[in-house]
Amino acid sequence: MTDQNTHPIRFIKRGQIITLANVPPARTLLEVLREDLGATGTKEGCGEGDCGACTVVLGEAVGGQLQLKAVNSCIRLAHSIDGMALWTVEDLATTNLDARPTQGGDGPHVGRVAMAAQHGAQTLHPAQEAMVQCHASQCGFCTPGFVMSLFAMYENHVCKGRVITRELAQQDLSGNLCRCTGYRPILDAAQAMAVLPPQRIDAGGLLQKLELLAPVFPAPESNLTHKSSYLSPGTLPELLRARAAHPTAQIVAGTTDVGLWVTKQHMQFDHVISVSKTRELRCIEQHPQYIAIGAAVTLADAFAALCADRPQLHDFTARFAGLSVRNSGTLGGNVAGGSPIGDSMPLLIALGARVVLMSVRGSRDFALEDFYTGYKTNVLAPDEVLAWIHVPKPAHGEFMRIYKISKRFDDDISAVCLAINLQIENDVVIKASIGVGGVAATPVRAIKIEAACAHIHWSEASINNISAILKVEFAPISDMRASSAYRTQVLGNLMQRLWLESRGEQHINLQAFDLEAAL
Amino acid sequence: MNAPSDLPISRDAVLDADVAAANSHAALLTDSTHSPGAAAVTSAAGQSRFHESARAQVCGAATYVDDIAELKGTLYAAPILSKVAHGKLISVDCGAALVMPGVVDVVLASDVPGDPMLAAFAGDEPVFATGTVQHVGQVIGVVVAESVMQARRAVRRVTCLIEEMPAVLDVHQAMAAKSYVLPPVVVKRGDAASALTQAQHTLHGQLEVGGQEHFYLEGQVAYALPQEQNQWLVYSSTQHPGEVQHWVAHALGIDNHAVRVECRRMGGGFGGKETQAGHMAVWAAVAAQKLKAPIKLRLDRDEDFMVTGKRHPFAYDYSVGFDDTGRITGLRMQMMVNCGFSADLSGPVADRAIFHVDNAYYLEHVEVASFRLKTNTQSHTAFRGFGGPQGVVVIENIMGDIARHLGLDALDVRKRNVYGVHERNVTHYQMTVEDNILEPLLAQLEDTSRYRQRTATIASWNAASPVIKRGLAITPVKFGISFTATLFNQAGALVHIYLDGSVLVNHGGTEMGQGLNTKVAQIVADELGVGFECVLSTATDTSKIPNASATAASAGTDLNARAAQYAARNVRHNLAQFVSGLDNCGAGAVRFAHGRVTTPNNSRPFAEVVKLAYANRIQLWSDGFYRTPKIHYDKATLTGRPFYYFAYGAACTEVAIDTLTGESRVLKVDILHDVGTSINPAIDIGQIEGGFVQGMGWLTTEQLVWNDKGVLTTHAPSTYKIPATGDIPKHFKIDFWPEPNREDNVFGSKAVGEPPFMLAISVYEALKDAIAAGQVERKAVKLTAPATTENVLMALTK
Repeated sequence: MTDQNTHPIRFIKRGQIITLANVPPARTLLEVLREDLGATGTKEGCGEGDCGACTVVLGEAVGGQLQLKAVNSCIRLAHSIDGMALWTVEDLATTNLDARPTQGGDGPHVGRVAMAAQHGAQTLHPAQEAMVQCHASQCGFCTPGFVMSLFAMYENHVCKGRVITRELAQQDLSGNLCRCTGYRPILDAAQAMAVLPPQRIDAGGLLQKLELLAPVFPAPESNLTHKSSYLSPGTLPELLRARAAHPTAQIVAGTTDVGLWVTKQHMQFDHVISVSKTRELRCIEQHPQYIAIGAAVTLADAFAALCADRPQLHDFTARFAGLSVRNSGTLGGNVAGGSPIGDSMPLLIALGARVVLMSVRGSRDFALEDFYTGYKTNVLAPDEVLAWIHVPKPAHGEFMRIYKISKRFDDDISAVCLAINLQIENDVVIKASIGVGGVAATPVRAIKIEAACAHIHWSEASINNISAILKVEFAPISDMRASSAYRTQVLGNLMQRLWLESRGEQHINLQAFDLEAAL
Repeated sequence: MNAPSDLPISRDAVLDADVAAANSHAALLTDSTHSPGAAAVTSAAGQSRFHESARAQVCGAATYVDDIAELKGTLYAAPILSKVAHGKLISVDCGAALVMPGVVDVVLASDVPGDPMLAAFAGDEPVFATGTVQHVGQVIGVVVAESVMQARRAVRRVTCLIEEMPAVLDVHQAMAAKSYVLPPVVVKRGDAASALTQAQHTLHGQLEVGGQEHFYLEGQVAYALPQEQNQWLVYSSTQHPGEVQHWVAHALGIDNHAVRVECRRMGGGFGGKETQAGHMAVWAAVAAQKLKAPIKLRLDRDEDFMVTGKRHPFAYDYSVGFDDTGRITGLRMQMMVNCGFSADLSGPVADRAIFHVDNAYYLEHVEVASFRLKTNTQSHTAFRGFGGPQGVVVIENIMGDIARHLGLDALDVRKRNVYGVHERNVTHYQMTVEDNILEPLLAQLEDTSRYRQRTATIASWNAASPVIKRGLAITPVKFGISFTATLFNQAGALVHIYLDGSVLVNHGGTEMGQGLNTKVAQIVADELGVGFECVLSTATDTSKIPNASATAASAGTDLNARAAQYAARNVRHNLAQFVSGLDNCGAGAVRFAHGRVTTPNNSRPFAEVVKLAYANRIQLWSDGFYRTPKIHYDKATLTGRPFYYFAYGAACTEVAIDTLTGESRVLKVDILHDVGTSINPAIDIGQIEGGFVQGMGWLTTEQLVWNDKGVLTTHAPSTYKIPATGDIPKHFKIDFWPEPNREDNVFGSKAVGEPPFMLAISVYEALKDAIAAGQVERKAVKLTAPATTENVLMALTK
């Protein structure tokens, strides 16, 4: 580490400001916790943000309020928590002695020891106490991650007077895997937290301390000579200058993708530029015709904005990875990564989204589908960054649906993702905009179908025709998620689903199927 | 030390009035157990005690192997994996790796000081591949470096020159080539061939059921520490410390007593850390031996998938004959077991599949041929159920098919075939089913789940539903408890009482989350009449209990809690003798309850008695030993009484499928399961729910995909999907069958680890029921497991 020359990382843990110097730019938060700080309560289950065993909670001042989020520490770069508050599983109970109640000097009197066990030599946080009371830990390896997800839920729901329903618990915990319990007791624990004696964090005190951590780093240009660097420009002009100065540096945001290059491909980066602190890019702006989503806006926030305009997207966005990934990852990162199976792109293509690229030279914009040039490649110039995503507001007469087919409903990657945005007036399709994922090297626009849809009468016969075309427009690959034949077949069948939904048929999609409602 | 066999062995039964009333083996109750004075009052067992580590787990204070504070100078190993399924290993070029930062050395087959072959049962697995590689992911050696990531990065620079040879990648290819890891086994009773010829109806079918990755949340890990005088300490995340010890000693060429293996807990095991943990430990120890340094080897998740064995994938080919009522008259079956490249535990796994092909049903004329096929994949291994699920799933599949073929209700067909109590009660391996509760158990679940009403409602609902079709099924399970290898059914324990009255128990079983330590502590607490909190369970340690069997076969509590109970009983006996002398009464009149020791003349706190006893030089610790009675088994003919008793259960599951996409949902689950008298109801419910959900994953979303080069392409949770929170039905109800174990077993309980896994076969059968409702024209439902969206859609359309 001697030749490292990054800025120190400063964050708050257990009320104390912790400063770590010379942390390499690609070192993960989990590595720092387990290897550098000896905080082994946080576990590595998969190293790719899919199991949640490594979940920790980050606190940040947003608009004068303390905002808490559960994130995956295994794929989060340590530098990204600079200026934040951090909680790990060791930080919740008021004292953290080993959990077995100590036995008194003059022999174990059953009653006293039993009481000690019940009330504890320490006071557990409701997230922990509920897990104990509900018998929600077996092997205990996923438990720290669940506890931290529950802690964030406690702060974001219980403390704000909002009820945690079973449905909410299922949704917000879908990024935490447990192999022992079958989840029922964990879902019970999520709902039981509210009835336990309350425990609050000192938000005011933390906000004051967070102010002490306000950025003090020099302008990015000063880092040119360093062997390694982690730059986190606070403004867009600084970001663009940094990008121009370091065209080969790795751009990162929530690192829910780049983090895997580190953990799975064992890549190292000497120079990293993070857009996460760039003020302008963390904004969502409402314009009359469109919303502009900054490239550093998290998936969670971006989806909330998209769902506000189009509530039918809610179930789909809840199925996008797990909450801890949506809390870290950004819409900009998903778009820039350009994975052919990324789920936001078919949606954005169908909605007619455009991307705005910026550099010190100026800006340019593209229809999303034109941004991609091939498998995970795009038109970005070396000095350019993806700055904004513009998503048009719903048009009059819009009939918009998105269908995701995956082996598992939640937190899975699509075998097929089909997003269809139709404008239908008097049973005639005025306009069709269709994005498809999982069928080509990039997310694509279904041009042939769109053409076939134009000005047709919206009827079962025309749907059958469109289904047939959809089945031949693409030649998807066969892989571990599905065969080519299945993908093709399902694409066509999903048009049938669309037709039935447009006719107002109920109970034709298992995504929101409720047995009681169906009876 | 006192031999436990001369002590009463059924005290549990008289503690609980229900148990005593229902116990049909009252003859086993000895005189002293009938003495009311001898019985302690149950206060710990039978209660839903919290898991002994729960509070530590929720605070991140429960230590797993990778959390142990590391010794100075610890180095880290990362495995070098074969990228070829089958080939001649010509050379390993480590030059580029050795010059990487932090890299210390590379350890290969030539560095193994002892036997280059692992001490596995069949002796067919090398420590490190040498000469040939036999699957993608086979470990050729390890790179050792100053950090884990340095080691892993350096592995990428190792170049293995491998000359590819033809690989066997699926069971049909292996069958054709007669590629076996072990010779085929045939079990038969009666004359299946004639029965089939004479049958009123016959069906022929094939079925493929995929394997399953364990996906323990804690990956495989071992930490080997050289000690003085060529002695070793190995921390291993293992279900079988004794085997790890044996394997490490064998590979190092030293005696077993020079190796001590310790495991406090695992972050999940499920069978995947039975033999597989041995590999990690040997690799770490061989590297540590070479470098004279502590070595930790922790697989990352992808390596874990690529290196370690999984549940055996099975393929079946069968002919079944039956009468108009659906009763099976003859069954012939081939089981094609994909064992991977070596035998590992495939023999007993394949045997157990044969033993469970009857599941709950009497098969009069039956012939099962089991082929233990060698393929160039990971060597498949133990996984919860250990072949049992692969036996049960095929017969349940047949039951559903018979019902559809005859237009009968599937539950009626199942009931028609279920074992009788007095006749039709002998298994195809010649064991009489003595404890059969199948009929009343099925009847109760049929009633409480409102099965009949719901089948009618669903049929009419389906008729009106264009896309979504619902399905319903009840399937039973009858699972044999005991290691089929009789010798493994033994266990030892130690109970120590310290001068403050605190109690420490140690046994040969391992804690993997299943609550074994909690149950053992409950039993010991009651035996001594002290509070549950006074009893501490400690890490499994080969230097404390030697030669312990794997914690497996669901038998962990049966064996170890009994051994611990005997150990505690020995100490209690010592104390009772001592106190009877003090108070001038019979030892049988001394009671141990509520933390006090009471005689007709006096009552003292337990701790006070302990201090007095110590002062009078009374032994305050003891061992305990238990071996399961009644069992015997002929390995050559696969006949006898391999199981001490059976655990039973049944599940009623409702599902819905989308006929456009093949997506499915489990909507409603009712379970009635037999745990005997539960030692800890919360823990048992946890095992039932967890087992069910894991079984559901096996049959629905968990798909292992190997490509045409033999590469496992689903090697991380991004591609391999175990159930998540959203997959759990809103209605998920568990009831216990209200009857103690009819055999004399600890506390009247029954084993619970594996049997509930097979309840999830009701999901598969319900899916087939829904598929039948969604078929355009009625025909046999051929559903490959797991029932992924694609496989369901295929079953609907083909």
